[in-house]
Amino acid sequence: MFYIYCPHCGEHREEEEFHAKGQAHLARPLDPDNCTDHEWGEYLYMRKNPRGLHHEIWIHATGCRKFFNMTRDTVSYEIKEVYKIGERPSVVAAS
Amino acid sequence: MQHYSGFGLLKHALNFHENWQRVWRNPTPKKKYDVIIVGGGGHGLATAYYLAKEHGITNVAVIEKGYLGGGNTARNTTIVRSNYLWDEAAHLYEHAMKLWEGLSQDLNYNVMFSQRGVLNLGHTLQDMRDIERRVNANRLNGIDGEVLDTKQVQEIVPMMDCSANTRYPIMGASWQPRAGVARHDAVAWGFARAADALGVDLIQQTEVIDMVIEDGAITGVKTNRHGVISGDRVGCVVAGNSSVLANMAGFSLPLESHPLQALVSEPIKPILDTVVMSNHVHGYVSQSDKGDLVIGAGIDGYNGYGQRGSYPTIEHTVAAIIELFPMFSRVRMNRQWGGIVDTCPDACPIISDTPVENLFFNCGWGTGGFKATPGSGNVFAATLAKGEAHPLAKPFSMFRFHNGSLIDEHGAAGVAH
Repeated sequence: MFYIYCPHCGEHREEEEFHAKGQAHLARPLDPDNCTDHEWGEYLYMRKNPRGLHHEIWIHATGCRKFFNMTRDTVSYEIKEVYKIGERPSVVAAS
Repeated sequence: MQHYSGFGLLKHALNFHENWQRVWRNPTPKKKYDVIIVGGGGHGLATAYYLAKEHGITNVAVIEKGYLGGGNTARNTTIVRSNYLWDEAAHLYEHAMKLWEGLSQDLNYNVMFSQRGVLNLGHTLQDMRDIERRVNANRLNGIDGEVLDTKQVQEIVPMMDCSANTRYPIMGASWQPRAGVARHDAVAWGFARAADALGVDLIQQTEVIDMVIEDGAITGVKTNRHGVISGDRVGCVVAGNSSVLANMAGFSLPLESHPLQALVSEPIKPILDTVVMSNHVHGYVSQSDKGDLVIGAGIDGYNGYGQRGSYPTIEHTVAAIIELFPMFSRVRMNRQWGGIVDTCPDACPIISDTPVENLFFNCGWGTGGFKATPGSGNVFAATLAKGEAHPLAKPFSMFRFHNGSLIDEHGAAGVAH
């Protein structure tokens, strides 16, 4: 059960108000018409699906209905940070 | 291998059951195998069994990081059916269904396969149109199926609330009489015992921590307990951890690992002799031979490797069951758990070669892998033996996500998961 801080509302709310929307920071190819099938497939379907730190998009669906990013551990489920769309994460996995 | 029979049971009863053989060996791994299978769940063990039985390849190791059948094989809701919409998926699951029908005899192990039928309920006009389309598609593919109306559904499950006075009235259902349930642990144990008897080494408590890849071809795996074990071919059947292994081998998969929860009630007297699934209110329930109601529904929406999920998901699951069976409202739940399922964008598995030569993956079964266990193992064994995809596995190549030939089973197949 997550207790999530919405960076737009400035409040903690229960998980039921939110939906996870998948991997964050996926850059859409600038020129889709000239992508190879491989590039387009990579963009559309391939995911990092990490075991450990993960940057993902969430939406405050029954609250402000705005999207934001979250860094979360996919094993312990601990939420490390939330940050707005367009910002970069401050907690990143050691590569 | 000690043959199991009614007579054997009687004979051992005279010795107070003290002389039963160990069910499988606990071998020290050799340095090199013809085929290494990573993952000792149902699918991995079935792969090893069919490799030995049908392809004569017995120099095989199954490497399991925990204990055999301790992952999703032990965590699913045991439902077996083959009523999938698209030809590719229908053929694959029906191949599994045919193997299920003779599996206990084949393995000399009672997997308690019970063809008690599966109902997929429809609650809206669109549900009913989809059901008719799917049942027609099934019958054209030689898979049994019927479209039932409300009255016929009520006859099969008398205590389900089929009245018009509910929030989501039941308008009918698809009915696959040959579908049913099997004892999940017995499936893993049966395959393990039979594979071991044919010479397969089952290596437990050993985790693969890296892949040994030379010139774009795999030559072995590095483990935490037994160092490097070499293999001519390697097959990965690790469900939720597939992305982690693919990452070791240097490529990506289109998978996302999610928690999928299930729960069982306290044991009650026999009340439900079939399997009821509903896509629309989203839950499914059957009753085990022990008497507990086995209940499940959808995944938790976020990625997770933690083998547990959130309470709101359980609440939604139970609410769906109560909508169908108000009389269950005071049944107490006994246990609840989660498994990690590797969901694929088109809700179909990946049985495929990979960018690394001699490395094969069998993954992406998502929420519906148990029903395919023998079929999955059978076609993956053929794929590993020949080095190219079995005809039934061909459409499930991982490269379909680059060439666009997806098999869109999502929602279309009555997949209440």
